[in-house]
Amino acid sequence: MTKSVDVAVIDYGMGNLHSVSKALQHVAPNANIWIGDDPEIIKNATRVVYPGVGAIRDCIAEVRSRGLDQVIVEVAKTKPLLAICVGMQGLMQHSSENGGVDCLNVFPDKVTCFTDVLGPQHADLKVPHMGWNQVVKTSDHPLWNKIDSGARFYFVHSYFVAAASCSSVVGRANYGVDLVAMMAKDNIFAVQFHPEKSHTDGLQLLENFVNWDGAS
Amino acid sequence: MGLAKRIIPCLDVENGRVVKGVQFVDIRDAGDPVEVARRYNEEGADEITFLDITASHEGRDTTVKTVEKMASEVFIPLTVGGGIRECEDIRSMLNAGADKVGINTAAIFNPDFVKEAAERFGSQCIVVAIDAKQVAAATADKPARWEIFTHGGRKPTGIDAVEWAIKMTDYGAGEILLTSMDQDGVKKGFDLGLTRAVSDAVAVPVIASGGVGNLQHLVDGISKGHASAVLAASIFHFGEYTIGEAKAYMAAQDIEVRL
Repeated sequence: MTKSVDVAVIDYGMGNLHSVSKALQHVAPNANIWIGDDPEIIKNATRVVYPGVGAIRDCIAEVRSRGLDQVIVEVAKTKPLLAICVGMQGLMQHSSENGGVDCLNVFPDKVTCFTDVLGPQHADLKVPHMGWNQVVKTSDHPLWNKIDSGARFYFVHSYFVAAASCSSVVGRANYGVDLVAMMAKDNIFAVQFHPEKSHTDGLQLLENFVNWDGAS
Repeated sequence: MGLAKRIIPCLDVENGRVVKGVQFVDIRDAGDPVEVARRYNEEGADEITFLDITASHEGRDTTVKTVEKMASEVFIPLTVGGGIRECEDIRSMLNAGADKVGINTAAIFNPDFVKEAAERFGSQCIVVAIDAKQVAAATADKPARWEIFTHGGRKPTGIDAVEWAIKMTDYGAGEILLTSMDQDGVKKGFDLGLTRAVSDAVAVPVIASGGVGNLQHLVDGISKGHASAVLAASIFHFGEYTIGEAKAYMAAQDIEVRL
């Protein structure tokens, strides 16, 4: 029988995904936090985290080569799912990174690059968008619990989802353009920033996720 | 309101202890790295930079353990530099809990390493550290020049610092950690000419480092040096200022910070 874990963190072999599990363990010391790529354990977990660092092409390629793309799509329909950074972008329909990559199409939105949209008036804005930016609440959600609108979270990314065209946005940030910082649909919550690196408010968001039943 | 300028305390760590030298010599002990990092985290540091200056192999194992311990208690970004020579070194630091790695000497001997590392791990975690010294002051018809030095500032490479920064970002560096070896540890402020020359030349964030002696120096690094972040060690290690005091001072000078 496959063991059942409280939170499965999907590890598809890219970069530093251990920070996420360490932060989850910190906010939920008694929970069984598991990190790995076994599809059965992920499917049987109470909650799932889809983290991501690095470039989208390799992230999606690794997810597909391990057969995790179908698992993520299935989880996205059934249980609380938190997608982080490139994980969030992986849930979109398409990303323009790496010459264009088809993603998992859980959300209909597209991922674009800052350098393609920021005009000369924003020549002073460095890319990647790296550091602590404010997230403004655009819609209530259980994951906003005990977090103020305007709280700062740690971002590091060069690609983003535009807030203007996104119907699922619950928090936005501005970096020359309004970008999706948090989005939600049913049992799915996705963030562009790194809650596991965002100190008190980031840990609060993870705690909210661990306590979330998946209902918005 | 938007992106905040960052304050990054730097821990030079040797054999599991935080140390701080003046111009890379005359080392003082500044405590246990995990304790120090925890304190800075509580004071509101935006990131922590951990520079491993341990030479021995046994010391490297200590470093991995220290990074692991720090990463399980401190939930802000952590950059680890020092002795990063191959992808395996990057993997072990990321697995220990680092978010970014600083590459310095290895980039000079093998620039393709930066390219390989950025492709494999993503530009977001590749910080190229540049140690530069002024080799020519500005004159009426020529701007100042800075060159890259290795081996704690003893060996010149003949490489122009600004050109090198541009090349490294072309190779995939997501951030530049820029240290003035002339200013390091002497507490007279950043080399603002160097900081501005590099910051204005590259599209990625630049962290100014080397020379902070008071809070106005931090402000100058941002407003005059055009840096995205400022790094300091001794003013924080020895209790002269807290991170909170530094941020309050910067905020009062209209610099956007995370309070």
